[in-house]
Amino acid sequence: MDILWAQSAPLTAREVGRLIQDRDLAPTTVMTVLDRLSRKGFLNRTRDGRAWRYEPAESRDAYVTELMLEALDLTGDRSAALTRFAQAVSGSEAEILRRALLELEE
Amino acid sequence: MIAAAVLAVLALACAVGAWRLTSARWPWRAPRTAILLWQSLGVTWGLATTGALFAYALAPYGAGVVHGLSILLTSAEFDVREPHDVIRLCALLSGFTLLTVLVVVLFAAGAQTLRARRRHRMLLKLIARDEPAVPGVRVVDHPGAAAYCLPGLKSEVVISAGTLDLLSQDELDAMLAHEIAHARERHDLVLLPFGALLRALPWSAVVRDAQAAVALLIEMAADDRARRFCSPKRLATALLRFGAATAVPTPHGALGATSGQNVMARVNRLIKPDIDLPAHVRYGILAASAALAVSAPLLWLLPA
Repeated sequence: MDILWAQSAPLTAREVGRLIQDRDLAPTTVMTVLDRLSRKGFLNRTRDGRAWRYEPAESRDAYVTELMLEALDLTGDRSAALTRFAQAVSGSEAEILRRALLELEE
Repeated sequence: MIAAAVLAVLALACAVGAWRLTSARWPWRAPRTAILLWQSLGVTWGLATTGALFAYALAPYGAGVVHGLSILLTSAEFDVREPHDVIRLCALLSGFTLLTVLVVVLFAAGAQTLRARRRHRMLLKLIARDEPAVPGVRVVDHPGAAAYCLPGLKSEVVISAGTLDLLSQDELDAMLAHEIAHARERHDLVLLPFGALLRALPWSAVVRDAQAAVALLIEMAADDRARRFCSPKRLATALLRFGAATAVPTPHGALGATSGQNVMARVNRLIKPDIDLPAHVRYGILAASAALAVSAPLLWLLPA
């Protein structure tokens, strides 16, 4: 996935395999992984002759943002999917917390 | 008819009890006990309310709720002769409706949660990295402060890169102890039915307060477990630093206005711990919760 994000143009499975240098992967393994990711909607693919060309459906930042929105409970549903360390607070409340922190650290 | 009346009184007592419990302060001194009481209040309220409707509707059979329902379902007959039979029919229908809504909402919430988690897990696999400084924790590269536990059979603790910069090593350890407590005790499962109930009855202030109260109690329970492994003061400063850093400029609909107060309440508990509730009081409450949880099923079975 990182390889595809680093590239600007869509890649074929063979090209991705060539870019994964550190591991000796079979071309079919790469194809299977790419196929699975595209079926789950993380990659878009287009026909190019006899091969598929893959590109990320969303940018990496978009996914990071999605994770963070869920992490901060800003998506608006209370599905209890996550348990958070502390709920997000409003600006004025943060000021109160900051003052309490200073008192504690003295 | 007696069973119907008793069940109705029980349902009312649960609602009043829940309303009283949302403003009570003793739960903070024994969060675990209070969570159990909340759970039995919730289950009993659901069973008592539906049970009262059924018991009233099926009173002529004189066989109790469970047997009455089985007679009704096998014979598929419901006599409507007099005007007050219509009221009984209405009670029967609303009983079925309420029961269906409660069950469906619970399952829908469970399914939705599982779906959200599966996607979240998949995204983490693609994006998150491991960090040598905090083994076993997934790190997401984002400057904001975030720390949470993705529960499941294999729970994962996730923090943002911003959190790594924000907290000292001691505070990080304290926070991780807190998150691991959530994961180990499966607090998400405690919260799930209350969240589902809130979705079924979004206009109910009692349900909303109950959900918020239980959410705060599981945080306190996790704090209590974490303080066994780390300094409470470090956990408190971690909470304050973290809370102050996650501030959002505009209050969002999803945020309770009390979240800042909740953080302060947890901090105060950590720094100036109240005396734990005496053991006999705790056991008394536990026994009452157990009796409550058993009472509604017994009344469903009771003939008459």
